Amino acid sequence: MTDDQGELEAQFAQWRHYVQRRRELRQADVDELEDHLRGSVDDLVAAGLHADEAFLVAVKRMGSLDELSREFAREHSERLWKQLVLTGGADGPTPSGRSRRDLLVMVGCAVGAAASVKAPELFGLTLEDDAAFYGPNVGLFALPWLAAFLAWRRRAAPAVIGALVALFALGAVAANAYPLAEDSQSLVLTSIHLPIALWFVVGLAYVSDDLRSSRRRMDFVRFTGEWFIYYVLIALGGGVLIGFVFGTFEAIGISPETVIAQWVLPCGAAAAVVVAGWLVEAKQSVVENIAPVLTRLFTPLFTAVLLAFLVTFVVTSAGIDVEREALILFDLLLVVVLALLLYSASARDPLAPAGVFDKLQLALVVSALLIDVLVLWEITGRITEYGTTPNKAAALGENVILLVNLAWSAWLMTGLIRRRVPFAGLERWQTAYLPVYAAWAWVVVLAFPPLFGFL
Amino acid sequence: MKVTKDLVAASATPMVLGILAEEDSYGYAILRRINELSGGELDWTEGLLYPLLHRLERLGHVESSWQSVAGERRRKYYRITRGGLAELAEQRRQWATVVDALKEIWPRTDFTTFPLGGFA
Repeated sequence: MTDDQGELEAQFAQWRHYVQRRRELRQADVDELEDHLRGSVDDLVAAGLHADEAFLVAVKRMGSLDELSREFAREHSERLWKQLVLTGGADGPTPSGRSRRDLLVMVGCAVGAAASVKAPELFGLTLEDDAAFYGPNVGLFALPWLAAFLAWRRRAAPAVIGALVALFALGAVAANAYPLAEDSQSLVLTSIHLPIALWFVVGLAYVSDDLRSSRRRMDFVRFTGEWFIYYVLIALGGGVLIGFVFGTFEAIGISPETVIAQWVLPCGAAAAVVVAGWLVEAKQSVVENIAPVLTRLFTPLFTAVLLAFLVTFVVTSAGIDVEREALILFDLLLVVVLALLLYSASARDPLAPAGVFDKLQLALVVSALLIDVLVLWEITGRITEYGTTPNKAAALGENVILLVNLAWSAWLMTGLIRRRVPFAGLERWQTAYLPVYAAWAWVVVLAFPPLFGFL
Repeated sequence: MKVTKDLVAASATPMVLGILAEEDSYGYAILRRINELSGGELDWTEGLLYPLLHRLERLGHVESSWQSVAGERRRKYYRITRGGLAELAEQRRQWATVVDALKEIWPRTDFTTFPLGGFA
């Protein structure tokens, strides 16, 4: 009898496991159905059946799981939509302590980020008057808190935590140790590059559970894209909120300008960095990622624009006006092309054969490369003629880094389309290249100011 | 003779509310009671019963609570609410109208065992 009982329990466990995979069915529903099944089995056993026979008959009577799920889905259609449960299901018999702890830690980190923005005021620095302080330090207010949240979630090893602390400390030194004038180029460069360098430190926290894994790095790329989209959405919502605060308070004759400019906006912006990161972590695998969808949408459009530009350029044979703005513009263009490449790679089935979309992407990359070669040729001529500045050197360096990446990517994609290289090769190349961006950002932040005499 | 699916679906709500008006109950017992009442003629499935119970709960006609029964098992009991009783009264009124109308049309003698007779 005990043997029978054990076997029956094993069958129930198997059934439970099978049913739990249906997302139309919540844990509470599974429990309810299991109770039903057990009632049915008990009755059948009482009628003289063996336990295993009774189980089979009871399951059979319950009907096909597909049909059952469909009926549940009709009543609970919302379950196919939102499944981001913020604080654990209220109806579930087992409240998920994990997501609640996550929420608490996230709130702590977000408050910490908001407080960090205001902390310098204790030392007499204000947002309005000390742009030279806030500019380079902007990444240091919120990103350490995001990294802390991620490292906590991943239960990072002490060595990794030590490295994170050291890197953020290095960032703080780089931002504040050099004597840079308020209008120097290096100050602007540091303000742009230090957040990038620190974002890769966040990446280190993100992959801290498996440092060498290419898949984990790709996850970080996905995380970055989703984080950005969430941040923009939160910012839009925040904009609406601020608009209403302005409107309502002005209606009663009180100007909320100082409160908003000094508190709501900076604290909100810093806290949103952590909140967006938490949202991506919480909803991961719940909702379809949006970055790859946008990629699919915009890859053909960007390809068309680049090809049109190339054709016009050749037909009119106009020279490119390589001023600083143009240089930055073309850098950004390469970044966009690279992002399109990365995010479609992040969502691609690694085993799928090359298709039309891959060819389209190759066309995109090749046209971007051609344009970039034209720009680079102009620039190097310019630099040899007039000498260089920190801005030009930084932009040029970035251009070369992106060019190398895209050139090799184009090579790998050609191989993919000719079915000589597996897709994993392209993915590995992209993830292996990530540290290069980080390294360059650190070089600009740490080495450029002394190299160019703190210009 | 099996009752058609449409008719089962139409009579499902008053059936469940009626059973719960007798006493608090849980899914498997409700299904057994329906079987008993209809002599096995009403073909109810779990896919009909549980989503219906959840809908009635959402509409506020019934409320549920988890209770421990023998051993480790937890069972979800349903109880009819005041709103559910009002709904049941309304459904009974409507069903009585339907049954009365049908009885007017159909000669009484042909249908001595008309299953809905009990409602009138």
